[in-house]
Amino acid sequence: MVNLIWVFLTVIGLVYAMFNGTMEEVNEAVFKGSKEAVTISIGLISVLVFWLGLMKIAEEAGLLNFFSKLCRPFISKLFPDIPPNHPAMGYILSNLMANFFGLGNAATPLGIKAMEQMKALNDGKNEASRSMITFLAVNTSSITLVPTTVIAIRMTYGADQPTDIVGPTILATLISGIGAILIDRYFHYRRSRRG
Amino acid sequence: MPFSLIAISTIAEAGGGDLVSFINWLSLALIPLIIAGILIAGTIKKVPTYETFVEGGKEGIQIAFSIIPYLVGMLVAITIFRASGALDFVMGLLKPVFTAIGFPAEVVPLAFIRPISGTAALGMTSDLIATYGPDSFIGQLAAVMQGSTDTTLYILTVYFGAVGIKKMGDALKVGLLADLIGIIASVIIVSLLFGGA
Repeated sequence: MVNLIWVFLTVIGLVYAMFNGTMEEVNEAVFKGSKEAVTISIGLISVLVFWLGLMKIAEEAGLLNFFSKLCRPFISKLFPDIPPNHPAMGYILSNLMANFFGLGNAATPLGIKAMEQMKALNDGKNEASRSMITFLAVNTSSITLVPTTVIAIRMTYGADQPTDIVGPTILATLISGIGAILIDRYFHYRRSRRG
Repeated sequence: MPFSLIAISTIAEAGGGDLVSFINWLSLALIPLIIAGILIAGTIKKVPTYETFVEGGKEGIQIAFSIIPYLVGMLVAITIFRASGALDFVMGLLKPVFTAIGFPAEVVPLAFIRPISGTAALGMTSDLIATYGPDSFIGQLAAVMQGSTDTTLYILTVYFGAVGIKKMGDALKVGLLADLIGIIASVIIVSLLFGGA
C-alpha cells in the first residue's frame, strides 16, 4: 500500500510535469523535498534527546506507571491488546496528554517510545499491530485543547477574538477522534472476520 | 442550533479576554511545571537523575537519524506531486463534486493538503485568513480545519519509520477517513456557529 502510494505520487507528478511544462519545478522539488526532510529530522534531535532523557527519569521514578494506573479504566478499553501494567500504556497516555495540551514537541518523542513498546509487544514484527493502528488513528485526529498555531495566525491578522475558534475546534476534533476510533474498530472487525 | 453549540459559543464570547490570558499562562507554565515535577519526583525516588537523562537522551539521536530516509522518500514524492501541478489538476477535477454537496469551494484545496503536507496547509490557512479576514466565514472555517486535523501522512511516516514498521496495515485508510470526518465536522460546526453557507 505505501509502496503503491509512493510510486503513484512520484510517477504521476513526473509524467504530469512533462505535459505541463513544469520539469524545472520538479527538478527543484527533488532537492527541496529531500532538504526539508533532513532539516525536519535534524531539528527533531533536540526535542527527542531532551524529552526522551526526561521521560527516562519519569519512568525510573515510577511516574509513568502511576500515571497509567490513573487512566487505566478508559485507556485499556481503547487498547485491549496491551497488558494494563505494560510501559506502553504510560507512553501512550503521556503522548495523548502532550497532544491534548498542545505540546507537539514533547508528543513526538513520547509517541515514538509508545510505538517501540508496542512493537516489542508484537514480538518485534515489522507489521503494524492492532494497537499501533488505534494509536495512530487517535493521534492523527489530533485531539487538542488549545490550537496555539491557529490562534497565533488569527492574532496576526487582527481577529476580534482570536480564541473564539477554540470551542468549535475542540468539538470538531472530538468528532473526528470518535470517528477515528469507530473506523478503527470497524477495520479491526473486518480483519478478524477474514481470519 | 443545538444547545451545546450555543453554550460553547457563549463561553468563548464571554470569557474572551480571560481565556486569552489563561491560555497564554497555561502554555508558558506547563512545560516548566512538567520538567520540575519530573526532576523533583526523580530525586525523591533516588533516581540518578543526570545519568538517567543522558542515557535516555542518547536514544533520541539514533531515532532522529533512523527517520531521515523515510521522511526524504515521502517528502520528495509529495513535493514532486505538488510542484508538477498534478495536485492542482486533481483538485480542479474534484472541486465541482465538493461544491455540489455544499462544500465551500475556497477551502477545498486546504482540505486536500491538510493530511499530506503540514507546512503547505499552514501556508494555505494563513493565506485564506489574510484574504478573507480572520472573522469571515471562510477565515473561521480554515482556522477550525487547520486546528482540528493533523498531517496524517507525516505522523505515519515518522512513527512507523522510527520503529521500522514496513507493513502499515489499515493505518493509512483509518487516518485519512478520520481526517475526512474532521473536515466535514468543521464545515458543519462553523456553518452552524458563524453562519455562512
